[in-house]
Order: sequence, then structure tokens, then C-alpha cells
Amino acid sequence: MDINQYMGMFLEESREHLQNLNSCVLELENAPDNLSVLGEIFRSAHTIKGMSATMGFTTIAELTHEMENILDMLRKSQLQATPEIIDTIFKCVDTLEQLVESVATNSESSIDSKPLIDKLKALAKGESNQTIVIEAKIEKTAPACSNIEFSDTEIAVIKKAREQGMNAYELHIYLREGCLLKSARTYMVMNALDEIGEVIKTIPTVDELEKEKFDLSFQAIIVTGCDVDKIQQTVLSISEIDKVLAVPCVLPKKTTALQVEQQVVTTEVAKIIPATAAATVSSAVDKKNKGGQSVRVDIDKLDALLNLVGELVINKTRLEQIGLTHKLVDLVETIEQMDRVTTDLQSVVMKVRMVSVGQVFNRFPRMVRDLSHGLGKEINLIIQGEETELDRTVIDEIGDPLVHLLRNAIDHGIEMPEERQNNGKNPIGEVRLIARHEGNNVIIMVEDDGKGINPEIIKSIAVKKGLISQPEADKMDANEAVKMVFLPGFSTAEVVTDVSGRGVGMDAVKNKIESLGGMVDVETKINEGSKFKIRLPLTLAIIQALLVNVSDEIYAIPLGSIDSTINIKSSDIKTVQNKEVILLRGQIIPIVRLAHALNIPATEENQDELFIVIVHLGDLKAGIIVDNLIGQQEIVIKSLGKLLAGIKVIAGATILGNGQVALILDIASLIQ
Amino acid sequence: MSEQTYSSSEIQLVVFKLGREEYGVSILQVQEIKRITEITRVPHTPEYIKGVINLRGSVLPVIDLKKRLNLPAQVSTEDARIIIVKVKEISVGMIVDSVSEVMTLNQQSIDSPDVVAGSVSANYLSGVGKLENRLLILLNLETITGIGQEANPI
Repeated sequence: MDINQYMGMFLEESREHLQNLNSCVLELENAPDNLSVLGEIFRSAHTIKGMSATMGFTTIAELTHEMENILDMLRKSQLQATPEIIDTIFKCVDTLEQLVESVATNSESSIDSKPLIDKLKALAKGESNQTIVIEAKIEKTAPACSNIEFSDTEIAVIKKAREQGMNAYELHIYLREGCLLKSARTYMVMNALDEIGEVIKTIPTVDELEKEKFDLSFQAIIVTGCDVDKIQQTVLSISEIDKVLAVPCVLPKKTTALQVEQQVVTTEVAKIIPATAAATVSSAVDKKNKGGQSVRVDIDKLDALLNLVGELVINKTRLEQIGLTHKLVDLVETIEQMDRVTTDLQSVVMKVRMVSVGQVFNRFPRMVRDLSHGLGKEINLIIQGEETELDRTVIDEIGDPLVHLLRNAIDHGIEMPEERQNNGKNPIGEVRLIARHEGNNVIIMVEDDGKGINPEIIKSIAVKKGLISQPEADKMDANEAVKMVFLPGFSTAEVVTDVSGRGVGMDAVKNKIESLGGMVDVETKINEGSKFKIRLPLTLAIIQALLVNVSDEIYAIPLGSIDSTINIKSSDIKTVQNKEVILLRGQIIPIVRLAHALNIPATEENQDELFIVIVHLGDLKAGIIVDNLIGQQEIVIKSLGKLLAGIKVIAGATILGNGQVALILDIASLIQ
Repeated sequence: MSEQTYSSSEIQLVVFKLGREEYGVSILQVQEIKRITEITRVPHTPEYIKGVINLRGSVLPVIDLKKRLNLPAQVSTEDARIIIVKVKEISVGMIVDSVSEVMTLNQQSIDSPDVVAGSVSANYLSGVGKLENRLLILLNLETITGIGQEANPI
């Protein structure tokens, strides 16, 4: 079998289930008795085991198998979910993740799951006497034969058969060890049985029997007029059958629910399944079904779709121009219609590409748990707005910066419990991760209620590291000082820990966010906490832009970063310390001559009247001198490709209505 | 490739001219040949990067091959073309003076580029093909485009 075609599916589903495991085990840690969560964990583990076994990844299958044993015991209340067990399960999940990733990268895995398996086995045997006792009792009662549950119809059939003088037998059929074609044998058994009577039920079901989902024995209920000897003869006439036990069926006297209760009593398990079990299980099932209908689509296909829509938008613009130049009224009207359709199409495609930030967020609870345990802090992570949607390209990139901010909040922000208590705070720290929409942006905030950032400390560190001079530091206000955490090579941790504080970090966060077209800002109050606010554009693929002219070249400036456009006389430009500035509504704004910044040969003479585009980046403002404003247009962002990647001042390219390529300016690098 | 079979000792080349010299690149690396279109200059790039073009919706860099090989610049004629080559999955355009033909060359008639060793652009050559009374300069596209090189070309 060529398993490669199933590889993608295997990886994707495994990752999904592992993620699910992670969040469920976390939940279990908080509520060890929650049977529905346990059920969920069990199902996920089971699916992974099944899939990996099918794909031939035995290490994964083995580990999940042992894990399943433990989970099963937890589920049956034979074990208590102690922190030790939870930790081991977490370790299993981690190892499984590594194993799956090593499958993904096709690398030989050097991961040794043996110690974990041993540990799981040890746990399964139980270290305390209590669990062993319970286990023993269960074993004693387990071989009891007639535990088969009958449905009402089956009971009716059996009763009717008895009225007709026939009998119902419960058959235990054992296949010979090493039997190769189990399903074929069972099929033959069934056929033979059908000849002498009617098989009304098998355990496992016929489907599962066909798929060989059973060990060496299975059960069947047959209604027949023949006696036990005849039945046994019939079955044994088939080769590779070891033995057959036939006992007359005992019909349950009461309903099945009561039967369960009886069993619980007879097995004398100390911990009776909580009465709420059934209810919680059903609610878990509800949750599962709520997912709604969806289709899995390869992201490449979506990218291709978006590209095509982009092409369409470009061609539409081209048609528009033709209509305008040749004054074709009919064409212009038709294009207006088409414009509406393409706009709709575009927004639908964009929506299809949207992914909820929950996908990134849901791995954080686990991370926060591990970190806070490691640091001896107690932290409550509150996540809000995980349903907020962002373009997939942004989602893929946003994870690392968020991890960094969260680590900082946990390591530097939240104090040790004693310290918090001394300061009259709740000893349990609180970290909030909030996402929400704001206009055409998505805001993601990482807040903590820790000690906050002290601007004075920041200043002194910055001076010590030679990032600024002492007089500069003295002049700085608190706000400016705190923003220095984003400077390259800045770290406030007095002790470099495993978690954070290696001096790379906040500037990397800032760079990443800015490369995504976003911004990051920080607010802080000493002893009350800090708040990092990330602002991201909803999408990166199609934006509104202002087209400008410099000499005979055309450039696009993203509308999102434009404040206004103004018209000034060249005499309005003043210089401050040899830098050109203008005064706009009482504000001094530095200006950038685009021709100069882009190495464009100077235009013949100085124009008297200048067009200036005022752009902003966070709080920073600047004016960009251009020769002419062309107009606002929707542009499709194209990459310049690997060969030209990383050019300063240029963020990308777009294709104009006439097929010409125009470059998109990178405001951030232009201003700085 | 079609029914035609090539012995492994032969290669097919797209032959083009730069000034009076004849050059060749393996046909397997050539994606297409295009007339000169509007080229958008990209600031802050090396001089030999002429700019970018729109090739059916994707943006491709274009190299001025004569500048790259330190050949004297000339006014381009009607015959000038952009040869689009693919190097390690990256498409790049190269401006040439004219494209003349596709020819098959025997491996044995290719000399190592050492014959021109010492010249500035020897690095960009993969060999020299001898053909009766013609010489074909074979280009090393990886060094020319800078793709797959350790150092960033820009």
C-alpha cells in the first residue's frame, strides 16, 4: 500500500488530536473527576493509536497504547488522576508530538519512548495497594460470561423464539492462534450458523468482525432449534477454530441501566461511577457535534484561488481604464456591475482564508502551565476572543511573538506568590490574552497584573548598555523610557533564565509584527502590571493604496499608514539640525524626499509647490515628498521573490491596470 | 521531453548574442523567451538588476546580462529579448541582444572555462563550446543569478 497519499491526512489529524489532548489533559488537571473530559482524551488517544498503527508507526502506536491503558483505568476509576499521572500523560503528549513531527520531517527519530512506556506500565500496575486490590477484584469478575446487553428487539426475538420451542444460545468462539484470515473464518462461521439457525447478535459487531477488530475470540447469539452438540459440531467443522462454548442465553430481568448498577455492586469497586457521568458524557458529545459542516481544503488551493482573484481584480482595473480612455459608456457600466461581483468575490475568498486566532491561542494554556510550574508561580491564564479571525498568513507568523510576550509576562511580569501577597495582591497572578476586532485591524493584547515596568530601571539599564547617554535618559519621559524595551539588545532580567532574558526578544517581536504590517505598543503601571498591544491588519493580500509619482516612476503607499496629503510651498520646509521638517498644525514633522530615498535622479528644477503625503507609524509621523498624486486604488500585493527579498524601503510589488509593475513603499524603513 | 532521444553526451542549448559574442544556456533551464516589456526599476539593488517585470501576474526580477558580464552597453535593438530561466525553482529574466537558435552540442566539444581564467567574469561561465568556426560561451546561471549561492547576491 502506498501510504504516502495518506501521510498528509495522518499528520494533520494527529496534530489536531494532540492539540485536543493537550487542552483536555489541562482540563482534567483542574477537574480530575470529569469523566467526559477523560472520555474525550481517551477517544483522541485511541484515534492516534489506530491511525499510527495503520500507517506502521509502531513507536507512536505503542506509546499511545500504554497511555490508553492508564486512561482506561482512570476512566473506570481504578486509578486516581494524581499530579504524577497527569504529568506523565503530558510527557506522553510531548513525546508523541515529537514523534509525529519526526514523521513529518521524515527524519529518523532519536526519541526514546521506552522510559515513558515503562513509567506508564508502572503506573498502570499501581503503586498503592488500593488500586491493586480493586484491580484484582475486577479480574475475578471479568470472565463472567453473560454480560451481554440485549436491545429490546433482540429480547423480543429471543422470547418469540422460545415460544416457538427454539432456544437462544450464547456462543463463545475461539479462533486458533496464528489464524491468518480471521475475517474469512468468521464469515464461514456465520454462514454455517445461518444454516442451522439465526444469528441475532455478535460481539463485536459484524462490521468489526469483517475488519478483524477483535482478538482471537468473539461471541454470537444464535436462535436455533438445534441443540448444543449440533451447534458445536457445525462450528468446529470449520478449520482453524480452536473451541466453541455454547451456553443458553440468560435474558436480563431488568432494564440495562439497572444492570449496570448491579454490575457496579457485584464488582465491589469502591468508587461508584458518579451519577452525573451519563449527563456529562452526553454534553461532550453535543460539543463534538456542534462543529458544523466543513470541508478540508489544501491551503495551496486557497492561495491559488486568491491569486486568481487578484488577477481578476487587475484585469478589471485594466478594463476600467480602457472604458475610460475610449469613453465607452456601455463598457464602463458593465464594469461597474463586474466591480461589485469581484469585490464580493474577493471578500468571500478573504473570509475563506480567515482562521480564528484560537488556533494559535489554544497551545498557550499548556505553555503557561509548564512555565509557571517551573518558576514556582501560580498563574491564571485568561483567554478572550479566541474566535477572532485573521488571515492565515498572519496566523502562521503571530505565534512566536505571542509566545515571547507571554513568557515575558510570566517570567518578568508576575511576581512570586509571597511577594504578591506582601503587596496585597492575589497570590495567583493573572495573565490575559485578548483578541478583538477594531476597525480594519485586529488587536491582540497580552496583559499581566504583575509588577509592571519601572521606567527608571529601564533608563539605567539602557545607559549601562550604552544604548543611550545619561543626559538623554534624564530628558526622557516614562513613556519613552518604557518603549526602549523594544530596542535591540535590551533585556531587563537580572538573571538570565531558561525562560527569557537573553537580550534578544522584544526587538525581534517588534520586527516580526512590523513585517506583518502591524504595530506593537506597551502600557505599564508599576505594581499594577503591563499591557502589550499588538495591532495587525486583517489581511495582507489585497489592500487600498495611494499611487504616487516620482519622476516617471510610480509607487504605492498603503492607505493604512497615510494620515493625510497636503500641498505646501517649498519655502515652508525648515531645517532643524540639518534635517528637513515642516510645521503642520503646530507639530514638527520630519520630511523625506522620496526621490532621494529611492535614488531617483533629481528632477530638473525644484518645484515651487510640493505634494506631501503624511504617513504615520505608531506615534511617529513623517511627510513624504512626491512629485504627483495619482489616486487611490485597490492593489494586490505580490512578493518581489527570493532574489530581491530584503530590499530596504520596498515592501513588495503590485501590478497596475496597464500591466506595469509598481513597487509598494515600506513606510517603516522609510521613516527610520 | 518528446519522442526525440538524446544521448547523455549531448546537450541542447538556446543560443543568444551579447554584442558580437555568442552564448548558450541549457534549454532545460529556459522557461520562455519574451520581447522586451516595461521594466520597473527597483531602487537599492545592484546595478545589473534591471528591475522587475510582470509575467502573467507574477513579478519577476530581470538581470541586465551585459552589465553582469561587464560587457560594453549598447543601444538595444528590435531584436532584444528577455530569456526567462528557472534556477532552483526561482524564475529570473535575462536581457540579451538577440536569440538566434537552438542547437545540440556534444559534451566532448565543451572546454572548461579555465581557458578564459583570470577574466572578471570567468566565474559566471560553465564552459566554452567549440563548434566548427564558432565559439559558444556557456553560462553558469547559478552564479549569474546568485541563486543557491552562500552569500546573498544583493
